[in-house]
Amino acid sequence: MNILWLQSGGCGGCTMSLLCAEDPNVIDLLDGAGLEFLWHPSISEATGAEVRRILDAVITGAQKLDILCVEGSILRGPNGTGRYHMMAGTGRSMMEWVRELAPLASHVIAVGTCAAYGGVSSAGENLTDAVGLQYDGGHAGGLFPAKWRTKSGLPVINVAGCPTHPDWVTETLLLLKAGELSAADLDGYARPRFYADNLVHHACPKNEFYEYKASAEHLCEMGCMMEHLGCIGTQAVGDCNIRGWNGTGSCTRAGYPCINCTAPEFEEPGHGFTETPKFAGIPVGLPSDMPKAWFMALASLSKAATPKRLAENATADRITIPPTLRKPKP
Amino acid sequence: MTTLLVGPFNRVEGDLEIRLDVQDGAVAAAHANSPLFRGFERMMLGKGPLDALTITPRICGICSISQSAAAALALADLAGVQPAPEGAKVAALLHMIENVSDHMTHFNLFFMPDYARAGYTGADWHGTVVNRFTAGQGSALRRAVEARAELMHVVGMLGGKWPHTLAIQPGGVTRTPTARDLIRIGATLQAFRRYLEAETFGGKLEDFAGLETVEQLEGWTGGDVALFLQVAAATGTGAMGRGTGRYLSFGAYPLPDGRVFRGGTWDNGTEAPVDFTAIAEDISHAWMLGSTAHPRVGETIPDEMLREDAYSWCKAPRLGGRTFETGALARQVVVGHPLARALAAEGGVRARVIGRLLEIALTQLEMERLLRDIHPEQRFMDQVTLPANGSGVGVVEAARGALGHWITVQDGAISSYQIIAPTTWNFSPRDGGGTPGPVEAALVGAPVTEGEDTPLSVQHIVRSFDPCMVCTVH
Repeated sequence: MNILWLQSGGCGGCTMSLLCAEDPNVIDLLDGAGLEFLWHPSISEATGAEVRRILDAVITGAQKLDILCVEGSILRGPNGTGRYHMMAGTGRSMMEWVRELAPLASHVIAVGTCAAYGGVSSAGENLTDAVGLQYDGGHAGGLFPAKWRTKSGLPVINVAGCPTHPDWVTETLLLLKAGELSAADLDGYARPRFYADNLVHHACPKNEFYEYKASAEHLCEMGCMMEHLGCIGTQAVGDCNIRGWNGTGSCTRAGYPCINCTAPEFEEPGHGFTETPKFAGIPVGLPSDMPKAWFMALASLSKAATPKRLAENATADRITIPPTLRKPKP
Repeated sequence: MTTLLVGPFNRVEGDLEIRLDVQDGAVAAAHANSPLFRGFERMMLGKGPLDALTITPRICGICSISQSAAAALALADLAGVQPAPEGAKVAALLHMIENVSDHMTHFNLFFMPDYARAGYTGADWHGTVVNRFTAGQGSALRRAVEARAELMHVVGMLGGKWPHTLAIQPGGVTRTPTARDLIRIGATLQAFRRYLEAETFGGKLEDFAGLETVEQLEGWTGGDVALFLQVAAATGTGAMGRGTGRYLSFGAYPLPDGRVFRGGTWDNGTEAPVDFTAIAEDISHAWMLGSTAHPRVGETIPDEMLREDAYSWCKAPRLGGRTFETGALARQVVVGHPLARALAAEGGVRARVIGRLLEIALTQLEMERLLRDIHPEQRFMDQVTLPANGSGVGVVEAARGALGHWITVQDGAISSYQIIAPTTWNFSPRDGGGTPGPVEAALVGAPVTEGEDTPLSVQHIVRSFDPCMVCTVH
């Protein structure tokens, strides 16, 4: 299957992340799966007029298009013209190009949160009128209406993340190639469930601190970051702590909070990214699927039961009290 | 005279369109258009200053840590503090990893594949280049993306992920490494050195870093470096795209005892410190409203009408009213590396590419040195309290050169945020005096063969700058 990859209003970081794919490297991985780039802005040889000829061939139907990947949000401004982002050399806005090319592709993938929902490109006053391919923030309907479907019958597949994990992109492509990605494999925001059915909280190394509500008060401390530092890993979808980033990393493993970058409108949390909004001293926002009364009851109970080891380590920048060892049998 | 519109211009980061006036088989004038405007400086207004650490890295997926480091330094300056010394070292290490990674991505994935084009078929070196560097396929590319991904494990461990880490803060870094982490990083760096010495350099890094003259450089026989030197000479492309001989660096990697690569300017043999008060962004040919201003007081008001006498979203930064080229070559010329100084006057495609390769070798040595000097028993972050009112500036060196963030805060919220990125300097449009930006000037005289619609010489020259267009306008 071939892939046409376009970079719209974004930072290019999802491509840069894709190049970090391992085991095997991204080139061998796609080759091995029978996937090839019809054109990619960072990888392909074709430039300038050569690219325009490829795009023309797709439009006339001389060149079939299997998968269209769009990275970055669609900039509709100023005043609906799309001229904040003209595709170089073509005299046409990227908005028009995507509108024309997407119906010709068997599958359309929005790579990254910008392409999926608008993302960081739509932050603040959203001067450029940035929008996702099939979502405007959390609302269905973006550049394309909510009920629009690609030739395959699927909606735009939202491989959301800021950036996306390289495996989220490659595995989505591989599943499509294998014919094993159906509408039932997408969640309520059209994200592949193979990573969106997990929470960032799963396998977070701070889980024991979370269990006892032993909280970090400042960045770089060991404790759970939910109570004071804005972490919403208990609500954010993603298998970040299960599969690891760039080897064994993740945001919470590196000591900073999950900011829910796989979700629509994460770019405007309504408060500082590294602070937890509170009401009467109690954090607003509950772990997913947790009844409030139970959460409050369990939190106060577990907080009262916090072992000294966790209480002290939570506000230290390294483990100061190790686990107590079991005494040998007499 | 004919006019050519070159775009989409790929294997550069982001969107680029170049308009060429061609006369008598050569480029007579070039206009560089950055056709994407997102408005990051406007997004920042009204937000809490710490939000800059989350938002500004997302300006760019390839210079993300550079943006992060500049924002953190600007906030530290606002607070009037220095980061914890060990935190500064880890931030520098993370930044070095990104810059080296960008240099190798450029050489292997963006720049060299042009020599594998069918247009060069028949040259005695072409078969080797096709093997090694065919776009998206060559053996050098496969090995490079693998080595790069493994090197990035250092960022995974210390920064959580790449791009878009939130680990670098005004007071230091968010994760305290253990002795075990540092040993592991040392192993990753050694594996990377093995890759560089086997594939890219075909020799010891110390030997390449020790080259002092152009003659010594031309005698280098190892690895892909030698292949590039051969091809650059055989095609005549190495000498193309000469710059003005004016170089700018803000200085790279601030450590407690100074910057690893010191900053300054070099103007055809004359050295000077950077006069930050003399920086101004001209908007005469940018689709921006307002007037020429220093970034402390500058504004970003896009011209929704895209007026006819402008041609880019990029402002035109000038230092003392003049253009400056920035990047790896500039950085090493300013530092005073003998080989970089020897290439300063040549200043074309070969000089820029060698500047980057030289810096890969130098930076690997610096990373190894820095790692040995990180003390895991110390603190890696100090708590910083930001004032409700004030201003700060953070300047760093991204892979592509001088990057600055200027922030002003009023009543706890950002009232002004201005950014000048490296490619804003290099790919700036003309200024009010009609002086073209560095790449526009460097393209004049580039040969164009009859019938070429996307001239190859122009591609070599433009890519030799390694532009990052997403940073340029931001």
